[in-house]
Formats: sequence, structure tokens, C-alpha cells
Amino acid sequence: MTKKLVIEHLNAWFGTIQALKDINLDIEENSVTAVIGPSGCGKTTFVRCLNRIHEVVDNAKVKGNVLLDGENIYSNTMDPVLVRRRIGMVFQKPNPFPTMSIFENVAAGLRLNGTKKKNEIADVVEKSIKMAALWDEVKDKLYKSATTLSGGQQQRLCIARTIAIEPEVILMDEPASALDPISTARIEELIQQIKERYTIVIVTHNMQQAARVSDYTGFFLLGELIEFNRTSDIFTNPGDKRTEDYITGRFG
Amino acid sequence: MNSMSYLKRRIVNRTMLLLSYGSAVLGVAVLFLILSYIVVKGMSSINLDFFIKLPKPTGETGGGIANAIVGSFIVVGIASVIAIPVGVMSGIYLSEFGKNRFASLVRYFADVMNGIPSIVTGIVAYVFVVVPMHRFSALAGGIALSIMMIPIITRTSEELIRMVPDTIREAGLALGIPQWKVIMFVVLRTASTGIVTGIMLAVARVGGETAPLLFTAFNNSFMSLRLDQPISTMTVLIYNYASSPYPDWNTIAWGTAFLLIVIVLIVNIVSKVFTNTKYSL
Repeated sequence: MTKKLVIEHLNAWFGTIQALKDINLDIEENSVTAVIGPSGCGKTTFVRCLNRIHEVVDNAKVKGNVLLDGENIYSNTMDPVLVRRRIGMVFQKPNPFPTMSIFENVAAGLRLNGTKKKNEIADVVEKSIKMAALWDEVKDKLYKSATTLSGGQQQRLCIARTIAIEPEVILMDEPASALDPISTARIEELIQQIKERYTIVIVTHNMQQAARVSDYTGFFLLGELIEFNRTSDIFTNPGDKRTEDYITGRFG
Repeated sequence: MNSMSYLKRRIVNRTMLLLSYGSAVLGVAVLFLILSYIVVKGMSSINLDFFIKLPKPTGETGGGIANAIVGSFIVVGIASVIAIPVGVMSGIYLSEFGKNRFASLVRYFADVMNGIPSIVTGIVAYVFVVVPMHRFSALAGGIALSIMMIPIITRTSEELIRMVPDTIREAGLALGIPQWKVIMFVVLRTASTGIVTGIMLAVARVGGETAPLLFTAFNNSFMSLRLDQPISTMTVLIYNYASSPYPDWNTIAWGTAFLLIVIVLIVNIVSKVFTNTKYSL
């Protein structure tokens, strides 16, 4: 039981609108933590605060601490670029680089962070695509445009691209919401396979998905963390009336 | 709901439709007339000598415009070397960091500069380059054209870089790539086909300019490759030869006009093909 991420008094704003209110929770190493809640509850903003990508948006502001292995990623001496190399992110809509080939997409993080050795890059690319369970489908067309892939393949490519920089934590923002059921199942399977090596935080609006893939679940509502517990407890024995209402489908 | 008003509406509709068709036909017809006239008048003077020989003195027939072809490429080349980096970098600034008042000012000035008569640009280059150097030069001509190119390239680059979705930028940043590298190697690359098209259209546009060159690059009857000397260009040659009293020169002017249009057409077509074939957004 090691705490990979400790979130303390996290608040986030877009301009004057407060999207997150005093969030406190711990994320276990090598576990899958699901973040659920109705649209607009702040779950996406929450994960975007964990790799400091929230602040990239105009007028966006963050206050509070996020400790990665005990080190505050929001301290003044912390370089957000280095934070993002340790905490990778997969977005809601597959976003491969459109003008790059499949190979270049996965190699981009390494190359643009200064890795020069060709065979090293090739090794990492192959390893990452294999880990993302995409190798058999793309091994013969590594130099074709990434946009020729299907949506599900593109999303697994984005996962491979994230794995390639060898982060410690992978944030996933509704990674399967734009995908068909088969692609979704493959992504979920993939999450189970890679969680031994990574700490995963996944945002989802699909409660069955949260129940299937995660060890812990946090329920967000209107920018607040209502309840955080083991997934089995949340779904069988919710501690808060609002959580129960949400997971039983009474609102949201 | 009487039938008269319906009839009236139909008549008005027909009239307006006819007027719009008529205007469109008129516009295309004028363009077609100009092009066909230039082809008819210009084609005949195009031969090998036209490309490789220098102009003959008055009274002698034959000769070519090799110096003007080379000169035009040199002057436009100088303009491109200056304007492309400045224009693209300004475009990056405006789209990526341009949410302040300074950027709005830059944008505004770029738009105003796009509308400045090209002869004024020539005067500016004359005052700031020709006068201090005490001579007309290819360099002055190139600078004059670059002043015209910069705002065009700036605005087109800005638009095209802005079209790159933020999700692409975020994907780059989320990989721990520093922002400047995300812009240079991810965003710019995504927008590159469009930017190249914009650059080519700007080149085609200034390649056909005469006024800014009249008192900057001036003219030269001989082959010159020196940047600090006056240089002949196709457009100025057309201007001089077309207004001369000698029929031979008039013919050469037509031929040059034909060649210039062909070059502009090729640049346009190449940029179109370039946009269509490469995979982009």
C-alpha cells in the first residue's frame, strides 16, 4: 500500500467559475482509480490538474497540492514539462498527430525529448505498440498515416504513445467514450494488463466500466468529491445518499 | 395572397438571378479575354532564344529576356528569404500567444499593410534602402517585395496555425514535450501544407508586381547576378517595352507577359496539388 499521488485541498477555476472544491484523496500505486459523476461535475478538470495540463487553458487556475511520491507537483521549483513526463495522459477523443505516421506518433515523445539513438527508439516503439495490444494490426503499416486507423485503433495508438515515454502514472479521460463496444472492451482489457506497471486514473461516465476496471472509485458532484472508497464498497454499499442515487440511476 | 404579388415576386426573382449570372459571366469573360489576348500575342515570341539571349539594342530583331527571367527569380528569392521566416514566425506569435492588445495591433497593421498601394511600398524601400546605398539594387527590390509579402504570409500562417485543434497541442504537452517544441515540430507540421500554399500564393502575388520595383531594382540591360546592382525583372521589362514606340519591343513585352502568367499559373497549380495530396487535418 504505497500512495503514488496524494491530493490535498485541490481547487480549480475557469475564470471566476470554480470547477473543483477542496478535493482530498490518495491514489494507490499500481491500482486503477475510477472517477465517476454526472457531466460537468469536474471529473475531467480533476485529472487535468494531476498532470498540470489544466493550467494550459486561458484563465484556468489551480490551488492546492498534488504530491507525486511525496513531491508537490505544484511547487514553484517543479517544471510542468517534467511532471508530464512522469504522469502521462490519454484524452477523450483519440488525438494522434495527423501528419505523422504510426511509428512517428509513438516515437514523438522520445524524439522530441531528445532521444537520438535510432535502434533504441525502434525498440521502444515496438514494445509500446505491443503493450497497447495494437502490434498485430499495424506492424505492416507502421509508416502509414495514423489517421488511416479506426477510432479504437487510434485510441490504442495514443495509449502506446503515452506508454512510450515510460510514465509512472497514466491518466485516462473517458478513453472509450467515443468508441464502439468491442473497442471499449479491448481498452478495458488493456487497462487490466498494464496496471501492474502503472498507476492508472480513469475518468468515466459509464458506471459498469468503473465497476469492471477499477479498484477504487471517487464520485464527484458539482465540483466536490462526495465519496471515495474501494470500488466494491461504492457499488454495493455506498455511504452517501447522493452516490446511491447516482449509481442506481436516479439522476445524472 | 393574390396572384399578382406572386407574379411580381417571380419577375423580381428572375431579374435578380439574371443580373447575378450576367455579372459572373462578365467577370469571367474579361479574364478570359485578357488571357487569350496574351496567349495570342505572346506565344509567337516564345522560342529558345527568348529564354537564353539578352535583349538586342533597338532596331535589331531577335534577342531574349534571359536577364529579366534570372532577375525576377533573384528579386523574388530575396523577398522570400526575408518574408517567409518573418511572416511564419509572426503567424506563430499571433495564433499561439496573440490574445493581447499588442497582437491585435499587429493584426490590424498587417491588414492595413495588405491594402497599401504597392507603389507606396516602393517609395518606402527607395527612401530606406536605395537612398542610403546611393544606388538602385536587386536587394532594394527584394526588400520592397518582402514588405508586401510579410503581412500576407503572417495572416495566412496565423489562420492556418489557429486551425490546428487544441487537442493536438495538448497531446504534445501531455507527452512532456516543451511548448516551443510542440509548436515547432507538432503544430507547425500539422499546419505545414496550408502554410506552404499560403507562401506560394504570396510568391505568385509579388512575382507579378511592377510598381515596387520601378525605383528599387530599377532595370539592367545586361545579365547581373549582383545583389547590390540594379537588376532587370520581367515585370519592369514589360512596363518599359510595352510603352516603347518600337514594335519589336512590344512583341517581347507580350511574350514576357505570357511567360509571367504561365509561371504564376504553375505556382498556383503546384500549391493546389500540394494541398490536395499530402495528408493533413
